[in-house]
Amino acid sequence: MMLDSKVPSGPIADKWTKHKNTINVVGPANKRNIDIIVVGTGLAGGSASASLAEMGYNVKAFCYQDSPRRAHSIAAQGGINAAKNYQNDGDSIYRLFYDTVKGGDYRAREANVYRLAEVSVNIIDQCVAQGVPFARDYGGLLDNRSFGGVLVSRTFYARGQTGQQLLLGAYSAMNRQIAKGKIKMYNRHEMVELVKVDGKARGIISRNLVTGEIERHSAHAVVIASGGYGNVFFLSTNAMGSNVTASWKIHKNGAFFANPCYTQIHPTCVPRSGEHQSKLTLMSESLRNDGRIWVPKNQEDAELVRQKKLKPTDISEEDRDYYLERRYPAFGNLVPRDVASRAAKERCDAGFGVNSTGEAVYLDFSSAIERYGKEKALILGISNPSSQKIIELGEAVVSQKYGNLFQMYEQIVAENPYQTPMMIYPAVHYTMGGVWVDYNLMTTIPGCYCIGEANFSDHGANRLGASALMQGLADGYFVLPYTIGDYLSHDIRTGPISTDSKEFSKAEERVKETLDKMLNIKGEKTVDYFHKKLGKIMWEYAGMARNKEGLDYAIQEIKNIRKEFWTNVKIPGSQNEMNKELEKAGRVADFLELGELFAKDALERTESAGGHFREESQTPEGEALRNDTDFAFTSAWEYIGEPSDAILHKEHLEFNDIELKQRSYK
Amino acid sequence: MDLILKVWRQKDSKAKGKIETYQISGISEHSSFLEMMDVLNDKLIEDGKEPVAFDHDCREGICGMCSMYINGQAHGPSRGTTTCQLHMRSFDDGDTIYIEPWRSKSLPVIKDLVVDRSAFDRIQQAGGFISVNTSGNTQDANAIPIPKDDADKAFDAAACIGCAACVATCKNSSAMLFVAAKVSQYSYLPQGEVEAKDRVVNMVEQMDKEGFGNCTNTGACEVECPKGISLEYIARMNREYVKATLVKEK
Amino acid sequence: MELSSIIRKFIMALSGLFLIIFLITHLVINSLTLASSKDLFNEAAHFMATNPIIYAMQYVLALGFIIHIGMGIKLTIQNKRARSQEYVYNRMSKNTDLSSRSMIVSGGLVIVFLALHLRDYFYQMKFVGLPEGTTDYDLVVNLFTNPYYTAVYVIAFIVLGVHLNHGFKSAFQSMGANHKKYNPLIKIVSTAYSIVIALGFSTIAIFHFINQSSIL
Repeated sequence: MMLDSKVPSGPIADKWTKHKNTINVVGPANKRNIDIIVVGTGLAGGSASASLAEMGYNVKAFCYQDSPRRAHSIAAQGGINAAKNYQNDGDSIYRLFYDTVKGGDYRAREANVYRLAEVSVNIIDQCVAQGVPFARDYGGLLDNRSFGGVLVSRTFYARGQTGQQLLLGAYSAMNRQIAKGKIKMYNRHEMVELVKVDGKARGIISRNLVTGEIERHSAHAVVIASGGYGNVFFLSTNAMGSNVTASWKIHKNGAFFANPCYTQIHPTCVPRSGEHQSKLTLMSESLRNDGRIWVPKNQEDAELVRQKKLKPTDISEEDRDYYLERRYPAFGNLVPRDVASRAAKERCDAGFGVNSTGEAVYLDFSSAIERYGKEKALILGISNPSSQKIIELGEAVVSQKYGNLFQMYEQIVAENPYQTPMMIYPAVHYTMGGVWVDYNLMTTIPGCYCIGEANFSDHGANRLGASALMQGLADGYFVLPYTIGDYLSHDIRTGPISTDSKEFSKAEERVKETLDKMLNIKGEKTVDYFHKKLGKIMWEYAGMARNKEGLDYAIQEIKNIRKEFWTNVKIPGSQNEMNKELEKAGRVADFLELGELFAKDALERTESAGGHFREESQTPEGEALRNDTDFAFTSAWEYIGEPSDAILHKEHLEFNDIELKQRSYK
Repeated sequence: MDLILKVWRQKDSKAKGKIETYQISGISEHSSFLEMMDVLNDKLIEDGKEPVAFDHDCREGICGMCSMYINGQAHGPSRGTTTCQLHMRSFDDGDTIYIEPWRSKSLPVIKDLVVDRSAFDRIQQAGGFISVNTSGNTQDANAIPIPKDDADKAFDAAACIGCAACVATCKNSSAMLFVAAKVSQYSYLPQGEVEAKDRVVNMVEQMDKEGFGNCTNTGACEVECPKGISLEYIARMNREYVKATLVKEK
Repeated sequence: MELSSIIRKFIMALSGLFLIIFLITHLVINSLTLASSKDLFNEAAHFMATNPIIYAMQYVLALGFIIHIGMGIKLTIQNKRARSQEYVYNRMSKNTDLSSRSMIVSGGLVIVFLALHLRDYFYQMKFVGLPEGTTDYDLVVNLFTNPYYTAVYVIAFIVLGVHLNHGFKSAFQSMGANHKKYNPLIKIVSTAYSIVIALGFSTIAIFHFINQSSIL
């Protein structure tokens, strides 16, 4: 099968407009007769459900949480990018497009990224109209801040809760449609299988998580918006319930899975404290605007710090190594995430890490506190302020900017970050890879769409800060609602889809068989045992640095864990009730398959690109070395049985509007 | 740490529940409360018993899913935190800890510590939105400047995570703080002003329909709210509601 | 038509504030008994009894009481129903003060006291009539010869003070008056008011008790 990205012809700046003008649309009277299933209610799924319902389609939306408002988009802290150029720093659609493609290490599809940059401005307008309380300055206009990997301030934010505010915006739009009956909401429901009729996606099988009931739902199109698969690492910044199940089920039904190895390891997370840890907490990247990252210059100091015999504040300025500023003078602490994470790992591996685990670096605000304190003293007209006064004033400014983050840190670590530098370490945060989609966001299954983090489309091999929210909302508000019409215009005479067909019965049977099988293993180990074991392998051999040997080992090891899971997992309770262990088991079973494909993908891509770092492919200075001659393509995997037997399809990436060159942030 | 846990167990919404006692040991004081619950569940599964069902998701204090009444307080003894942000260092070795679900007729127990909060969704569906369709052509985001103070107040209200600790802690099971936060977020913004009257009337009507109790201004909600939402918003809603009912023709 | 919860609160607040004003008037008139001459109080009592506006206000006052009490009971029943199952372990003292939690209890005690009080005075003045040669003043003062009676009254006044301490500021909140700048003021006035009422009435009772007892 040939991959057709369906990118329209013509100059890049005109592609989207031209495409919208020429694709088919469904008339208002016909929209009323068309059903669409949306799985997931985060920024992508929520905004898509609301927009589709507003247009007149009948939407059935599904989420595993108790309310659509709780999808994990809610946890995004930092902000959302848009090429508004409100700060007059020369921002433009092209510059956002360029930054995103470069930030993604030239592994994204140009036309998609340009469209993303183009609609970014509409997103901010739309959200403000919905009542999203973005941060404003004293003139009442919207405020911006800057994020890693760019040289302009284009990030809109709502204190440290941008994700929550944007999601509540989409949720409120959904509520309006739920009240009108245009969206039928299925809370506490999980999609467990896709149903295809005549090769087209025509419905799903879901499990009611309260009663355990297996339900059939039909529609003319199915939209997957179920987020990323970072939880394959067990420890990540994802929510506990975040999973790959919906994406994986459509993959097994024929949707190609693209670039599974592209994972973002976020540099600023609270370090691990022990074995009991169930998840990792992200500290917004915005902290890198003011915090300086360092480790001790001398290994002996680092050793003493690890043993708690030396305090970081007692290490003098000349004995500190501000390694990001040293290595990347142009971007300094604001290099992209993949670069910052790798640099932290490099220092810790070399024995300079702090924290008892040796896996942490400092993020220090003392110079920012001093700088802001002096500024504030000047504004207040205090001449010759004492150093104590400066610190007091400076802390107040820092608290205003990052207060809630500092508080969060203190709650977790029980240390005051104003007085002693924060400790941070990289953690799995986002997956750039995902279900392969064409320009219309349709997967390789006709009628099955995939949007938001669940698809692979816009971030290439590395995502820049504040771009995930942008992509989720762009897909849901401004792209999918148009492109889906092109497909559905052929369905106006189809009429309602029956759930009594043999395709539905078979899908339901498959689901019930799997559940029975799992419950009847009655082994000895809990679901979490397998999940943790998988996570350790993934982190060790497919994490921040990868090599052939490790990946070969990982593939073999994951196969073994999977085998053990299917013979020795212990799931208490039954099918016909709320059974949290059974829910987890279903998700972990899918992770155990995805993990293998993930490692396989990482193995095949022998170049380094963005978040994917192959130790065999680096520059003499230890920077990621891309290989554009052999790897300027997207890997799209077709499922045929064993995950690692998947067939590779290549979508070649063409760069007509951006010169392909080695990334440099020096 | 060694602890004695008294946990509410209830098979399903119809069953009558009761407190069960469990002993647990070797808990790290650095672990979170929910990680302690994970350890308990692992132990229960190993012992061939059914694990305790509880809601949780983001485990970083923002999704609003976790909902435990711990030692007589919503989200436990720490202020300004959700259950997932509560750490075991807030307890002492040997403590006895009571763990119960939210209790309100309008938030019925589904199983063990899991409750049904769909009443909150229905209240929002009654008017918790601004009626604007998705379009690439709404006016520019900076077309209407909003005074910083108003924008900040709107944000403070919007910080609500919908966890329902306010209802759980209120001796009257009143949902006023939740509803007031939602109403106020929009009424502070010019975009929300247009529908303000209908919104407040409809949302309060739905709140009453759901069977929540009447507010008697004890202020417990404000104290226990993990996001520190102020009673000020309740007063604001009272004001707006009375004004709206007086002015509205229907 | 069923009133909404906010309107119910509003009515509670309005009737409460009305009673608050009444109490102040009551206190002012009663404090006249502290004067050395009986006439001052008797004249005031006469005025209150004969002025047609005040006469009419009696019915309004009664209505105020009935609404406040009736609504209070209704709210309590509804609120109890809103939590069909109680917590096994609940530490309300961690987040609320006693006066705000116990309004129905303090209110209930005040009703009991009110009944007693109406029997002692209102009933006597209106229906039984004063004994020969005595004045309103004597009726008021004579009651406080009994130490138990005095004690009951003083306790009732303290309970009333507790009730008012929450009631006063709560009424403002219910009617939508909550402002960062003025909240401290409302709080101070509320506390001061409840102390003045509790202390004022108690002082009068104790004053007359001591005055008439043989202790001095």
